[in-house]
Amino acid sequence: MTNLTETILPEAPDATENPVAGIDQTKGDFQYKVDYEFDAGTGLSEDTVRYISSVKKEAPWILEFRLKALKIFFDKPMPTHWATKDLENINFDKIRYYLSQGQKPKRTWEEVPDDIKRTFERLGIPEQERKFLAGVEAQFDSEAAYSNIKEIVAKQGVIFANSTEALREHPEIFRKFFGKVIPTGDNKFSALNSAVFSGGSFIYVPKGVKVAQPLQAYFRINAENFGQFERTLIIADEGAELTYMEGCTAPKFSTSTLHSAVVELVALKGAKIQYITVQNWANNVFNLVTKRGVAHENATIKWIDCNIGSRLTMKYPGVVLKGRKARGEVISIALANDGQHQDTGAKMIHAADETTSNIVAKSISVGQGRSTYRGVVHIPKHLKGCKNNTECDALLINTNSRTDTYPAITVRGEANSVQHEASVSKVSAEQIFYMQQRGLTEAQAMSLSVNGFINDLASQFPMEYSVELKRLIDLEMEGSVG
Amino acid sequence: MSAVTQSTATHPADFTSERFAAHVGNRQDLPTWWLEIKKAAWNQYLALPLPVRTDERWRYSNIKEIDLAGFVLPGQPAPHIPHLPEFPRTAELTFSNRQIAHRSALPPELAAQGVIFAPLDEALREHGDLVRGYFQKHPVILGSDKFVALNTAFCSTGALLYVPRGVEVALPFVVEHTLAGDHMATFPHTLVILEDQAKATLVEFFASTETTTAHFVSGVNDLHAGAGAHLSYIGVQNWSDATQAFQSNSIAAGRDARIFSLNLHLGGRQARHESQSRLLAPGAHSEMLALTVAHGTQEFDQRTLQTHAAPHTSSNLLYKNVLLDQARTIFSGLIVVDADAQKTDAYQSNHNLMLSNAAEENSHPGFEIQANDVRCSHGATTARIDPEQQFYLEARGITPSLAHELLVFGFFEEVLNKLTDDHLHAALTNFIQTKFKS
Repeated sequence: MTNLTETILPEAPDATENPVAGIDQTKGDFQYKVDYEFDAGTGLSEDTVRYISSVKKEAPWILEFRLKALKIFFDKPMPTHWATKDLENINFDKIRYYLSQGQKPKRTWEEVPDDIKRTFERLGIPEQERKFLAGVEAQFDSEAAYSNIKEIVAKQGVIFANSTEALREHPEIFRKFFGKVIPTGDNKFSALNSAVFSGGSFIYVPKGVKVAQPLQAYFRINAENFGQFERTLIIADEGAELTYMEGCTAPKFSTSTLHSAVVELVALKGAKIQYITVQNWANNVFNLVTKRGVAHENATIKWIDCNIGSRLTMKYPGVVLKGRKARGEVISIALANDGQHQDTGAKMIHAADETTSNIVAKSISVGQGRSTYRGVVHIPKHLKGCKNNTECDALLINTNSRTDTYPAITVRGEANSVQHEASVSKVSAEQIFYMQQRGLTEAQAMSLSVNGFINDLASQFPMEYSVELKRLIDLEMEGSVG
Repeated sequence: MSAVTQSTATHPADFTSERFAAHVGNRQDLPTWWLEIKKAAWNQYLALPLPVRTDERWRYSNIKEIDLAGFVLPGQPAPHIPHLPEFPRTAELTFSNRQIAHRSALPPELAAQGVIFAPLDEALREHGDLVRGYFQKHPVILGSDKFVALNTAFCSTGALLYVPRGVEVALPFVVEHTLAGDHMATFPHTLVILEDQAKATLVEFFASTETTTAHFVSGVNDLHAGAGAHLSYIGVQNWSDATQAFQSNSIAAGRDARIFSLNLHLGGRQARHESQSRLLAPGAHSEMLALTVAHGTQEFDQRTLQTHAAPHTSSNLLYKNVLLDQARTIFSGLIVVDADAQKTDAYQSNHNLMLSNAAEENSHPGFEIQANDVRCSHGATTARIDPEQQFYLEARGITPSLAHELLVFGFFEEVLNKLTDDHLHAALTNFIQTKFKS
C-alpha cells in the first residue's frame, strides 16, 4: 500500500451555491485521510466505474452491469417534472463515488459539536455507538456484540455478506435476483446506484428458516460503513422469515451530501420479510433511495420506514404482489423540520388475485418543514379480489408548516376495492389546554400530543427503536412552540 | 408569416391562420380590444405545443388520441335540437352550430333591474366594458392552455349573464349548445357576473344531434360571484360518442359568496373537464359536484383545483363516477391552501363504481397545504355493487337490470339531492335515466 496520505475536504458544501434557509451547510464536513490506492476521486466517468470494479475484483458481468447502468444514468433526465426542483442543486461532479475500506475519518471526539453530544446523551446511545455515529470511528465496533447472533444464523444456513463478497462467493444464489426487482433503468438514481454501488447487505434465508433476532445493518462482516451507494438484496426462501433493521435514531453524519441506495427484497412462497428503517441523516444530505420487494404466493413484505433527517428524502418503498394472496404493507413516519423536505410514500403494484395491501403514512411538519406523501396503487383489470387501504395523516405544528399529498390510484376491473383517505390537522388547542391544566408545560404537552399522533405506528417498531423514536420526537419538538 | 406557417404544420389542425383571419374579418363591428385579445390568443395557440406525456397535468390522459385535424366551423344550423327534459326557467338562449337558434325574452321586471342575459357577440357590442372587466381574468393552470387560447380566438357563441347588486333571480337561466354534422367544431364561452348579494342559477346543456358524428369542442366558463352572492351552475354534457371535448371552468368567489356547481358528464370519446374554484375572501364557500356515466370506450378526464387564498374559506368537492364496458375515468384533484389561509375547511372526495371488469379508474387526489390551522381531507374509493344489496333487491322480485339501475341511482342520489330546485332534480334524474336505458 502506498502510504500517500493527504488531507482534503471530500464534500465541502458550497454554502453560496446552495443557500438553504436554516441548514447548517458545514455539517458533515469532516476530514479524511485519502489513500490513493483506493481513491476514485471526485466526479463520475466510465473510468470511475472501472476503477471501483477493479478494486473490488469483480466478475466481468458485474462490470458490464455497472457500465450499462452508467449510460442509463447519463441518459435519464432529472425527474423534476414532478419532483422538487431542489434536485437540481446536486452537483454530481463534486461527489466522491467510492471510499474504500480502511479509510478513517480524522475527526476526534473533542471536535464533535456539543449539541450532538447532548443529543446522544438524551437519546441514551451507548458510548461505543456515539463515537461511530459522530464519525469519529469509521467502523462501529460491534463484531463482538453481535458475533453470537452471527454464529446462530450461520448455523441455520443464513448467508449474510456484503455486496462484493456475496456476488463473488454466492453468484448462484444472488445473481438470479440481483437487479431484477429494481431494474437499472427504473429511475435515474437506481441507475446511479447500479453503476457505483458498494457496501450493503446481501442476505439469503433458506427454506423454512425463521430468523428469531432482527438482523441489523450494523452487523457487517466487512463494514464499509456509511454506505453512500449501498446495495441491499434480501432473499427469503419458501416459508422463511426475517426482520432486518437499518439506520438508527441518532443523527448520523454522512461522508457525502448524496445518499442513493437500492434495496431489493424477494419473498418466495409463504415467506415473510419485515424491513425497518430509521433514517436520520444530517440535514445537508440528499437521500434518494429506491426500495422495492416482490412478494410471491402467500408471502408478506412489510416496510416500516421512518424519516427524520436529511435535507431532501425521496423514498417510496414498494411491493410488487406477484403471487396469489400476497400481502404488502408500508408503515411510514416522516418528520420535517426547518429546511427539510420529506417526500415519502409507498407503491403497491398488484399483480395477482386476492392480493392485499395496506399503507399507513403519518407525517409531522414543524417550523417551515415540508412533508409530502406520494403514492401509487395499481390494480390491473384481469385480477379479482384485490384490496388496498391507504391512510395518510398529516400534522402541522406551526403556522407556516407545509404538507402535500399526491396519491395516484389506478384500478381496473370490478372485483377489486380500494379506499384512500387523507387528512390534515393541527394539535388541538383543547388537548394542550387540558394537559397544561394538569401541570405540563406547553412544550411537554405538544410533545405528548405528537407522540400520541404516531403512537400506533411507533409501537410497531422494536422496543428500543420505539423508545428512541419517542425521545427523538421530543428533541425535534423543542423550541417549536411558544 | 413563415414562422406561423411552420408552427401550423407542427399541429396538423384545420384551424388555420386564413380561417382565423376570416373569423376576425367578419367581426369588425366588435370592439378593437376584443379583436386584439383574439389575435393574441391565436398567436398563443400557435406557439403552444399540444399536451405532452411528461406534463403531470396530463398524467393518465390518452393524449395521443387528441387529434384536431379536419375539424371545421359549421355554417348551417342543425335540423333539430335536443333539449333537457322541461323545467321552469327564467330565460333561455339556444345555439345550434354556432348560430343563435332560439332566444326567449328576459322578463321585463328583470330587464328593468339591470339584469343582462345576452349572446356573447351582442354583449360585446352593447356591454363591452362589462365583458372586458371580467373576461378571462382567471389564470389557466390546469393544463388546457392551448385549447383555452383556441377558444378565445374562435369564440363567438356563448353568453353573458350579469346580475346587478342585490337582485335575486329564483328560476334558472338556460344556455344550450348543439352541434350537428360530421367534423364540426364549436367554442362556447360563458361569462357570469354576479354583483354583491346577487343570486342566480345558470344551467348549460351541451349536446350533439347524432350519436356517432365526430365533433371538437373547446369551452370556457368564467364565473364571478361578488360579496355575499349566491351562484349556482349546472352543466350537462351529452356530446356524441366520437367527440373530443375540452371544457375549462373557473369560479372566483368573493367575501361570503356561496357557489354551487354540478357537472353531469355523459358524452364524448375523450372528454376533459377542468374546474377550479378560487376562494378569494373570508367566508367564501364552493360546492363542487360532478356525476359521470362512462360507457363503451369513453375517457372522462376530470381535473380540479380548490384554491383557498384567504382565511375562513371552505370548499367541498364530491365527484362520482359510474364505469361500464371498457370506459376510463381520470380524477385528479388538488386542494391548495395558501400560507395565510388559516381556518380553511376543505374536502375532496372521489368515488368510483365499477360495473365492468374491463373499466379503468385513475384517481389522483391531492393537497398542498401551507397553513396549520386548517381542516383538510380527501378520500377516494373504488368498489363494485355490493352483491348483498343486489341480492336483496332481486329476492323481492326486481329484475337484475332494474336492481342495477336502482343501486346506481342510489350511488348518485347523494349528489343529486344537493339540488334545491325540485324541478331541476327531476329533469336531471330523468335525463340520466334515459341515458342509462340506451
